[in-house]
Amino acid sequence: MRTIDVSVIKESIKHMCIDANYNIGADIQAAFHKSLETETSPIGKSILVDLLENARIAGEKQVPICQDTGMVVVFAEVGQDVHLVGGDVKMAIDQGIREGYEEGYLRKSVVADPLNRVNTKDNTPGIVYFDIVPGDQVKLKVALKGFGSENMSKTKMLKPSDGIKGVEAFVLETVSLAGPNPCPPIVVGVGVGGTIEKAALLAKQALLRSVDDESTLPHIKALEKTLLEQINQLGIGPQGLGGKTTALGVNVEVFPTHIAGLPVAVNINCHASRHMEVIL
Amino acid sequence: MQKKRINTPMTQETVKALKAGDQVLISGTVYTGRDAAHLRMIKALENDEALPFDVEGQVIYYVGPTPAKPGEVIGSCGPTTSYRMDDLTVPLLKKGLRGMIGKGERNQTVIDGMKKFGAIYFAAIGGAGALIANSVKSSEIVAYEELGPEAVRKLEVIDFPVIVVIDSEGKNLYETEREQYATK
Repeated sequence: MRTIDVSVIKESIKHMCIDANYNIGADIQAAFHKSLETETSPIGKSILVDLLENARIAGEKQVPICQDTGMVVVFAEVGQDVHLVGGDVKMAIDQGIREGYEEGYLRKSVVADPLNRVNTKDNTPGIVYFDIVPGDQVKLKVALKGFGSENMSKTKMLKPSDGIKGVEAFVLETVSLAGPNPCPPIVVGVGVGGTIEKAALLAKQALLRSVDDESTLPHIKALEKTLLEQINQLGIGPQGLGGKTTALGVNVEVFPTHIAGLPVAVNINCHASRHMEVIL
Repeated sequence: MQKKRINTPMTQETVKALKAGDQVLISGTVYTGRDAAHLRMIKALENDEALPFDVEGQVIYYVGPTPAKPGEVIGSCGPTTSYRMDDLTVPLLKKGLRGMIGKGERNQTVIDGMKKFGAIYFAAIGGAGALIANSVKSSEIVAYEELGPEAVRKLEVIDFPVIVVIDSEGKNLYETEREQYATK
């Protein structure tokens, strides 16, 4: 049995909130450069150059890449041989968010009630998913989710007979309808299988993978490739102003499902795809 | 492409001269306002109350900036998605609002209002908040301070970079450009 004080978790959450908001991921930066080589739209190219410049300024001045510094989603994988001490772990995670958003000059974007809509003024609560796993470590993954892209995400319960063509059609329809709204170039997370909430969760987890990552399942790897090609033929382009760079990457996650169903969820992320992980 | 320089407040002549696709550098005053501030402004109009600023000729920027770090004028301040303000826009156009800066589509009601009253919809680069902050020279909260990031701010900007997406004739760059590059 290994003992971990929840204050260590709090500190990790705090630093990841600040770090991920200021410093663009190496995968996204590489994807921008790669897109610059293939983009043919002059305005699309100039936007990609501006996004690289924006990332440079944010890193240099240590300010947020985007003003929507997101709602914090935390995936905590806790080893079953870990004993957490020093307080309530959920409260420690929220305290980490609170301190990170205050000390990092990040925007507080959370309202306490979805209908009454009064800002909590500290960006809490975070959305926290716990999983118990073998071992004596704690893995914390955070996604700082902006809502311009979250709002363009969709879930649909397909029929088993819709098959892979149905999945492709739904992903393309979702991205096409989103158009310029989610700040293209986007990253597309797709969850297939499970139940309605499992599919949505898989789509979110797909966004935590590196943008150039490929599925280890051959048929899913092929699906990711096909979807990326088809999305980039839609013509939406950087910021929706036309071009070949609509998505930087597509990640698909799958899970067993019921004989009667084929749930699909599409979670869209903007180019400011901010996520980090740490193992304690 | 040569960038056009304009100053705010905008005249009807300026509005008419701008065409979809123009790259523009805006200088002058720009007011911020997003979801919650728009709801309050529309409610004020419904109750025959004064707006927090005279919108005649003005430009509203859909943005909720991050807090300014010490020594900075403003935090990161890129545009938010505009369609959420669609149902709350025409009454402001009627009052003389001549420009909106945001990102993403507008609905037909807004476009019809822009044609009728004479206004421009500009897009700034979404997700380029650190870069855009460089063109903001001062920032002052003028209304709804309790809304935090959603408060109405008066910004003074110099050479704020935008693109005319929908002009006062209703020409929409999102539609025309996407068609050109679509192969599917």
